[in-house]
Amino acid sequence: MNARAPALVAQQLHKRFQRKDESPVQALHGVSFEARYGELTALVGPDGAGKTTLMRLAAALLHVDAGSLSVLGIDIASDPQQVQDRISYMPQRFGLYEDLTVQENLDLYADLHGVSADGRAQRYPALFDMTALGPFRSRLAGQLSGGMKQKLGLACTLVRSPELLLLDEPTVGVDPISRRELWDIVRQLVAEQGLTVVLSTAYLDEAERCSHVILLHQGKVLSQGSPQQVAAMAAGHCFVAVPSAQQSARALQARLLDEPDVVDAVPDGGRVRFVRAAVGKPAVIEHALEGLAVDPVLPRFEDGFMMLLRTAVERERLPPISVTRPVAGHAGHAVVQVQRLLKKFGAFTAVDHISFEVRRGEIFGLLGPNGAGKTTTFRMLCGLLVPTAGQLRVAGADVRSASASARARLGYVAQKFALYGPLSVLENLEFFASAYGLRGERKRARIAWATQQFELGEHLRTTSSQLPGGYKQRLAMAAALLHEPEILFLDEPTSGADPLARRSFWRRITALADQGVTIIVTTHFMQEAEYCDHIAIMDSGQVLSQGSPAEVRQRARTQARPEPSMEDAFIAVVEQARAAQAAA
Amino acid sequence: MLDSLLRILALTRKELLAVLKDKRSRLSLLIPPVVQALIFGYAATYDLNHVTYAALDQDHSAASRQLLAAVDGSGVFERVADLQRASDIATYIDARRALLVLQINQNFERQLLSGRGADLQVIADGRNSNTAGTAIGYVGSVVEQFNAAWGGDHGWTPPPVQLVSRAWYNPNLETRWFMIPGMIGTLTLIQTMMLTAMSVAREREQGTFDQLLVTPFRPYEIMAGKALPSMLVGTIQATGVLLVAQLWFHIPFEGSYLTLYAGLMLFLLAAVGIGLLLSSVAATMQQAMLYSMLLIMPFSLLSGLTTPLSSMPDWLQYLTAINPLRYAIDITRRVYLEGTGLNLLLSDLWPLCLLAALSLSGASWMFRHRMQ
Repeated sequence: MNARAPALVAQQLHKRFQRKDESPVQALHGVSFEARYGELTALVGPDGAGKTTLMRLAAALLHVDAGSLSVLGIDIASDPQQVQDRISYMPQRFGLYEDLTVQENLDLYADLHGVSADGRAQRYPALFDMTALGPFRSRLAGQLSGGMKQKLGLACTLVRSPELLLLDEPTVGVDPISRRELWDIVRQLVAEQGLTVVLSTAYLDEAERCSHVILLHQGKVLSQGSPQQVAAMAAGHCFVAVPSAQQSARALQARLLDEPDVVDAVPDGGRVRFVRAAVGKPAVIEHALEGLAVDPVLPRFEDGFMMLLRTAVERERLPPISVTRPVAGHAGHAVVQVQRLLKKFGAFTAVDHISFEVRRGEIFGLLGPNGAGKTTTFRMLCGLLVPTAGQLRVAGADVRSASASARARLGYVAQKFALYGPLSVLENLEFFASAYGLRGERKRARIAWATQQFELGEHLRTTSSQLPGGYKQRLAMAAALLHEPEILFLDEPTSGADPLARRSFWRRITALADQGVTIIVTTHFMQEAEYCDHIAIMDSGQVLSQGSPAEVRQRARTQARPEPSMEDAFIAVVEQARAAQAAA
Repeated sequence: MLDSLLRILALTRKELLAVLKDKRSRLSLLIPPVVQALIFGYAATYDLNHVTYAALDQDHSAASRQLLAAVDGSGVFERVADLQRASDIATYIDARRALLVLQINQNFERQLLSGRGADLQVIADGRNSNTAGTAIGYVGSVVEQFNAAWGGDHGWTPPPVQLVSRAWYNPNLETRWFMIPGMIGTLTLIQTMMLTAMSVAREREQGTFDQLLVTPFRPYEIMAGKALPSMLVGTIQATGVLLVAQLWFHIPFEGSYLTLYAGLMLFLLAAVGIGLLLSSVAATMQQAMLYSMLLIMPFSLLSGLTTPLSSMPDWLQYLTAINPLRYAIDITRRVYLEGTGLNLLLSDLWPLCLLAALSLSGASWMFRHRMQ
């Protein structure tokens, strides 16, 4: 098999997009790579790296400006139809018909691809078996969870047997459990059926599971090779530091990030994992690490990736975010109290008597798979849904009777970009400033603050819907912080964001928390739980485990896994609870 | 209070920006009502000036020829055929080759000369009852002229009662004079209602409504902020139609603009209220659009725009009481053509007030109770 020519050969690809009223974007700038038969190849890179453009070129949906691209030995430019007949492509947002059932969607795609009745009889059982969607055949696609939709999309893509499967960010917005299931499916396809798969992802831990990785950045290939080769680039640069008793991992991480020699630092299991630019024991940054235990560790893919990326991009030195108005109250004072909170939709219990407390200046993380009740809880906390029963006090007021003045103390950033698309950045900021009763000098000052803090200056006149993804998120944050809220609600703020954007996002969030702003956040990224002071893991409407990240990890410790990661802990907790429920 | 007012203003400004920033949506708000007023002004007319007819003259006399000549000479009728047999009538009517058939019997002239009077049979294509009725009416007036001429020539005594008609407010009885003032309300209703319903549904669909609800906005402030821009757009549209009526069709405006706009404001308030009520029921933009479309049809058919309300069955007339367009059309017509003052329009104004109050409070109740 491997003696054959590669399944996909790209040579010096160039692609440029003309934008209306703006300068054109060079999406690809001389990209060359190969993907071999029977292997799993990943395109990895931050937003705007050119991953989707490459995918669409390979699926013969776009024309190449310059360079050559051959797929399955066929030149894309000469015979796009033949390529399309032999490959399958799953775009980021797969075109499922939400008003059709699972079975009807599958039938529709089988019809579109002209799969015979015999072919279906053979293929369907395998697809249902693989995706575990069998029991949901007659459910409407619109009522499936995010993970199940992706699985159905994959099943529809695979109604015929392609020679090459292209997957564009298949796991965006999918919770850890569904993500793992999706990956099991993909790996099974490669290992057992010898399928050739090329996928793109912004999740670095996923790239680690592929046999060949192409790192893209701003339309150029930074590096390529096996994940081990990428990781090896950071060999000798990686360390773990244990914070002192008085110091939080987050505070130490922030200090380390301020060091010019430090490439990357993330909280990791109560410690701080960091990568420095120079090799060897860190002497230069000793004052940040004074008296702390520092141990070298083996590099991971992510470390290698960050090393590479830092050579390409100067790390943005963020001005530490500053709150101009000190937040009222004492640290440690409970600002959110939830007691036996219940929410029913008809006969369905979405949130089942949950209780927790959030103290001032804390970062509180609500974790859980899709459909766990996180969003419902969140919406009740923000006053967007009325609880069926239970107590809910936010910033000292009962949310149910919360007046407009109580709402003025909250900030809310929705999961989806939820500002006004047709309006410019400045018009959005002005509207939300007025909505929160800011006027005159103070309004100008706050808008100036937000513009500077979130680096929106050059985009002030840009129509919001045309902002690049990362800037939309910044604008949403800026709008939610204009009135200096005491409590900030963030619903899946980093979903779909690339590693760089996520790091600068958390840098801002931790700085806000250090100045007394209480942050309540939901997330799918388990590593991000490490930034939180307290977390609550939810499933089926119940809180399964809560406490500091260290405590939650501690509880999931087993003999087989003495040092569980947050993701391990999460999966263990959820699966235990589900097993217990199934047994009962 | 000031805070509240400033918030409403901020929302109004945002709504107007969102609608007016885009050139396409800016044009789509102003151009269609004006163009529609122009087109309907020409299209929506009951006045007939070209009626096809066939003659079945079985008398072949001087009198029958004189009658047919009078019909031909009226300028309205065009004779398309001279039939020979009664069985041809059905052929011509069925194939729509003639709208009318005039049948003159064998003894027509003899009966007239004997002084007894004769029958003229008119067979009309009743499939379009409106046109047929109008055409038959025209035949009637031609026959009346013929009677007068024949009577004079043959020394008949004139009939005891003679009808002399003068149509006030529309001396030439042009349908256009009647239709276009009615359009002012009709054309603005569609877009005002839809604009309001869609603007809330769009926010719901795109998630910005949640963002709005977590700000200090109170429900009534959101409603006011949504109602004002739509009413402003509606006023501009109504003005556009008004200008078409006066500047293009030269229909003289008899009333006071103040009275007209006062009535329109109440009407727009009711229309916006219904739009808000729809938006509180609709979950998506598609639903909001569908619901508005469902209402537009009955609203315009049961408004008295084309067919008089007084000729509808009683129960239907009661039903039209909840149709804001019915009052708007009455107001615009009476103010425009008669110059009626506010005091005489009370019977239209108070139901509009009631409708606005009901729909707005209904919408505000729904707003608060949808967050269940």
